[in-house]
Amino acid sequence: MSFRVLAIMAAALVMSVAGPPAARAANEQVVIGDIDDMSGVYADVLGAGGIESINMAIADFGGTVIGRKIVTLSADHQNKPDIGASKFREWADQNGLNMLLGGSNTGVNIAMAKVAAAKKVPYFAIGPGGASLTNEDCTAYSVHYVYDTTALANGTATAIVNAGGKSWFYLTADYAFGTQLQNAASKVVETHGGKNLGAVRVPLGAADFSSFLLQAQGSGAQVLGLANAGTDFSNSLKAANEFGITKTMKPAALLAFISDIHSLGLQTAQGLYLTTGWYWDLNAQTRAFAKRYFAKMNKEPTMDQAGIYSAVTTYLKAVKAAATTDSDKVMAELKKTKINDMFAQGGYIRADGAMIHEMYVMQVKSPQESKYPWDYYKLLKKMPGEEAFGPITGLCPLAPK
Amino acid sequence: MSEIFGIPVAVILGQLTLGLVNGSFYALLSLGLAVIFGLMGVVNFAHGAFYTLGAFAALLGLQWFGINYWAALVLAPVAVGLIGLLVERLLLRHLYGLDPLYGLLFTFGLALIVEGSLHQVFGATGQSYPVPPALSGVVNLHFMFLPLYRAWVILASVLVCFSTWFVIERTRLGSTLRAATENAPLLQAFGVNVPLLKAATYGGGVALAALAGVLASPVVLVNSHMGNSLVIVVFAVVVIGGMGSIFGAIVSGLALGVVEGFTKVIYPEASNIVVFVIMALVLILRPAGLFGRE
Repeated sequence: MSFRVLAIMAAALVMSVAGPPAARAANEQVVIGDIDDMSGVYADVLGAGGIESINMAIADFGGTVIGRKIVTLSADHQNKPDIGASKFREWADQNGLNMLLGGSNTGVNIAMAKVAAAKKVPYFAIGPGGASLTNEDCTAYSVHYVYDTTALANGTATAIVNAGGKSWFYLTADYAFGTQLQNAASKVVETHGGKNLGAVRVPLGAADFSSFLLQAQGSGAQVLGLANAGTDFSNSLKAANEFGITKTMKPAALLAFISDIHSLGLQTAQGLYLTTGWYWDLNAQTRAFAKRYFAKMNKEPTMDQAGIYSAVTTYLKAVKAAATTDSDKVMAELKKTKINDMFAQGGYIRADGAMIHEMYVMQVKSPQESKYPWDYYKLLKKMPGEEAFGPITGLCPLAPK
Repeated sequence: MSEIFGIPVAVILGQLTLGLVNGSFYALLSLGLAVIFGLMGVVNFAHGAFYTLGAFAALLGLQWFGINYWAALVLAPVAVGLIGLLVERLLLRHLYGLDPLYGLLFTFGLALIVEGSLHQVFGATGQSYPVPPALSGVVNLHFMFLPLYRAWVILASVLVCFSTWFVIERTRLGSTLRAATENAPLLQAFGVNVPLLKAATYGGGVALAALAGVLASPVVLVNSHMGNSLVIVVFAVVVIGGMGSIFGAIVSGLALGVVEGFTKVIYPEASNIVVFVIMALVLILRPAGLFGRE
């Protein structure tokens, strides 16, 4: 009896929220899936806000494409690669999935990219940072849409080294994303004549960062490279402030979302350099989207939440232009389209799947500089897409050097 | 500078101190768990959720009513303790006669509901709770700069742990409580209100978790997940100390904080599993735990 109870509970935990439409309806519908961290450390980066953006994009598109109703599925991958991959496979097999949006977590997305290749389903990676998704782990059906570790390093690390931060020590999240981000930043630091003094690998979701921070301080480096994200990033920066480490070392946010800055507060985050693919207060178009989003969610969208809106729209436009949901035809259409919307101007999807678009190097404002709610960033530099995402590496077989 | 095994002494002392800070949280939380298990036989999986509730009570108290840190240190545990009391009276007590697994499942479900609701309302990123002005400085220990607040955490935790141990092991109230676990019907025959005693015990254990939550709120971002990773470590601490042993919970909480601190220097990647490795070893060599009685 008790084992049955346990089994049912376990099953209930693993299964997540999704109302599956019947597979037979697949030909009358266009099915868009979203697999993301809905309940864990990254849930505010995309999560429920991401779903809101998807729904906004579909509504703005008119709710139908090529005469078929657009429906959505969503699931919580709980930061577990096996759950993400099996949910994707299930939807592809049973629910007539036409396109998948990959949420946060590089590890989960690497597993899902493999399913995209096997099931031939167009797959837009929105949340993950790992640039391996368009290199070693690239597939013919992958699009990496918002940002990647290469672009983050090219933005933030370059800006800091050029401003005099020559020696670096890294606090690295101990999984695919953290190590890729650290490697990318290390390369940039070396190319610009800086030195990498070491790194400490911190388990994901650590409760306390002070020990790791003291090690960083002991290295004597000028710059504290935070190769982590979400709650880990916020907690490590908060502790660095508390221990006075930010007085001797300059913190570098290798990935920070506006949701992180909001929760830390400007008092703690001021002066921080960061790189973002989008900011709500860039221009009239971004402000217009942000205003509509704010009305629903009561916070400003992150770059991912804006990017997912753009990704859905881009996909639907490609389906309309190709007049089919056939994966290969849609992918061919996608790779020849220019993307012009509130998220990107003149963006395009390269042969390796990277969506090349402008990135922005920002500095967090001080409480005095901030004039109105959510006025958090000042723009230091607009990086053209080619500079941000770098040249094709040749690691992806689809895109030889 | 002198070194031990190639590690500078200053680093060792620094990690020792930080380990004690983390150990203080482990000790406070495992103490509450040990009290609840020792006196009621309930495996309280909701402990992490009550810790989170304590932190939220402090945060919301400050944001909504302007209640300062020092008042929150008393009011939040009392408020959360009362919630615990209600939970025990309305729900948990119906499971006493049954297999302990039911209590475990019930508290686990309760934790999911509490954390899920907080997540729904407040999101995942968390909010900052300011360090109280009186404790916002830094102490120079010569081998490191320790934020005054962290020193306060160690002090507060040791004081609370010792008082709890004293009350349970050395006072009349404590002996009544322990008698209730040994032979409840007999104690009831002497005119002691045993159900009330049990409810108060659960409320008290839960209040300890909430107190740890208030203490933690200026150190970490207050968010719905802050308790769920911690509670698993704390369970391991209780198992290592010996299920139900108050003294064991306190000592092993502090000691494991220190062990974890050193692991963070020697091999950081293992810092989140070292406690479980020790738990496995203890279970093999001394199944009742280091301070438990067979």
